[in-house]
Amino acid sequence: MVRFELSEPKSLSEACSLLAEYREKAKIIAGGQGLLPLLNHRQIAPNYLVNIKGLPDLEYIVSDGNGHVRIGALTTHRAIEFSPLIKKRYPLLAKMEQVLGCVQTRNWGTIVGNLCAASPTSDPAPVLIALEAIVRVKSVRGERQIPLNEFFTDYLKTALDPDEIVVEIQIPQLPPHTGAAYHKECIRATDSPIASVAVSVTLVEGLGTVGAARIALQAVGPTPLRAREAEEMLIGKKVQHILVDEVAEVAAKKACPISDVYGSAEYKREMVKVAARGALIQAIKRAHVA
Amino acid sequence: MLMLRVNGEDYNVFTEPWKTLVRVLRDDLGLTGVKEGCNTGSCGACTVLIDGKAVKSCLVLASQTKGKEILTIEGLGKNGLHPLQQAFVERFAIQCGFCTPGMILAAKGLLDENPNPTMEDVKLGLSGNLCRCTGYVKIVEAVLVAAEMIRKGA
Repeated sequence: MVRFELSEPKSLSEACSLLAEYREKAKIIAGGQGLLPLLNHRQIAPNYLVNIKGLPDLEYIVSDGNGHVRIGALTTHRAIEFSPLIKKRYPLLAKMEQVLGCVQTRNWGTIVGNLCAASPTSDPAPVLIALEAIVRVKSVRGERQIPLNEFFTDYLKTALDPDEIVVEIQIPQLPPHTGAAYHKECIRATDSPIASVAVSVTLVEGLGTVGAARIALQAVGPTPLRAREAEEMLIGKKVQHILVDEVAEVAAKKACPISDVYGSAEYKREMVKVAARGALIQAIKRAHVA
Repeated sequence: MLMLRVNGEDYNVFTEPWKTLVRVLRDDLGLTGVKEGCNTGSCGACTVLIDGKAVKSCLVLASQTKGKEILTIEGLGKNGLHPLQQAFVERFAIQCGFCTPGMILAAKGLLDENPNPTMEDVKLGLSGNLCRCTGYVKIVEAVLVAAEMIRKGA
């Protein structure tokens, strides 16, 4: 285990001051479900850990006046899994949480922590990208918003500066007749994905035509990958003219998997097609009843 | 110095900030029922209950558990075996026993939240706990049997 100094700020602004002082020498710890395995096995060695788990007013799931849903930084996976508001507004998020990790991880770990760890196999990342979510970020220098689409910059790296902390996820209201799905190919139900795909589809013109589409591939590159060419194949297309296999094929071309213990690169590319196909069909079906 | 509440008792522990809960429970409190199987949160042998919820104690800093109620396997069965312990014994859900404390606590966390689980619920609820010996069939059976015993007032 790495030895570090543990700071226990009493407020968010105190935490920001500490981060401004320590910068790259510090890591923020909330649930620590991503951080502790790395510390236990000495894969990272921060001098300081800034413990935010006890900070007040950061654990919430609320709907604001604009119809956005806001999730506080200390909200656990389990809270999202069981939240009536999430089940009503974004049931896909609750479904995704049901197959994330295991109960123990979900009880203690936070969804924001998962995003900040920027693992290429993170389940929330592609789902929140498909839902066009953003994160609100604070530092002593002020506040800014980062769309999740731009949040993941490289393997295990985010767009955050060393003195910044994510305080909230904001998910915008979905347009009417929007359906979303997340298909995860894995060996056991709650494993890391071999490949996974999140799709969001909005139907217009009496549910006959695709007005908008987002396809996010996960576990097949250093970051989540938007399959934009595949999205463009869908936009403006009449639903009955969509060739799902072709769209899935084009989406899979975007993948750049590595061969590892989860499978060969060729196998993962095939699994992307399977997941993309399944998620696309399910998203369209859900859009019809949304 | 850390004040912890474990199995209903308060303890004052002098320990370093980088100590995980599993190390403090085992080394400082002598509660060796909680096992350190992998230290990556993959095996679940270190599972304890924190405020009634199953958590992997190798992935928790001890200092983050101030003011929380921790339950280890030693906290169960103080006045006779808990139905889960009874069912595990009767159904041969124990071979080497290494995974057993974590399994039973994960199962208790499950049954406290869902007293009438289906087999699928049990499998999903225990998906964080590995067993190299039994093949899981007897474990799932034992949890379902214990659930019935508890529902009947055991």
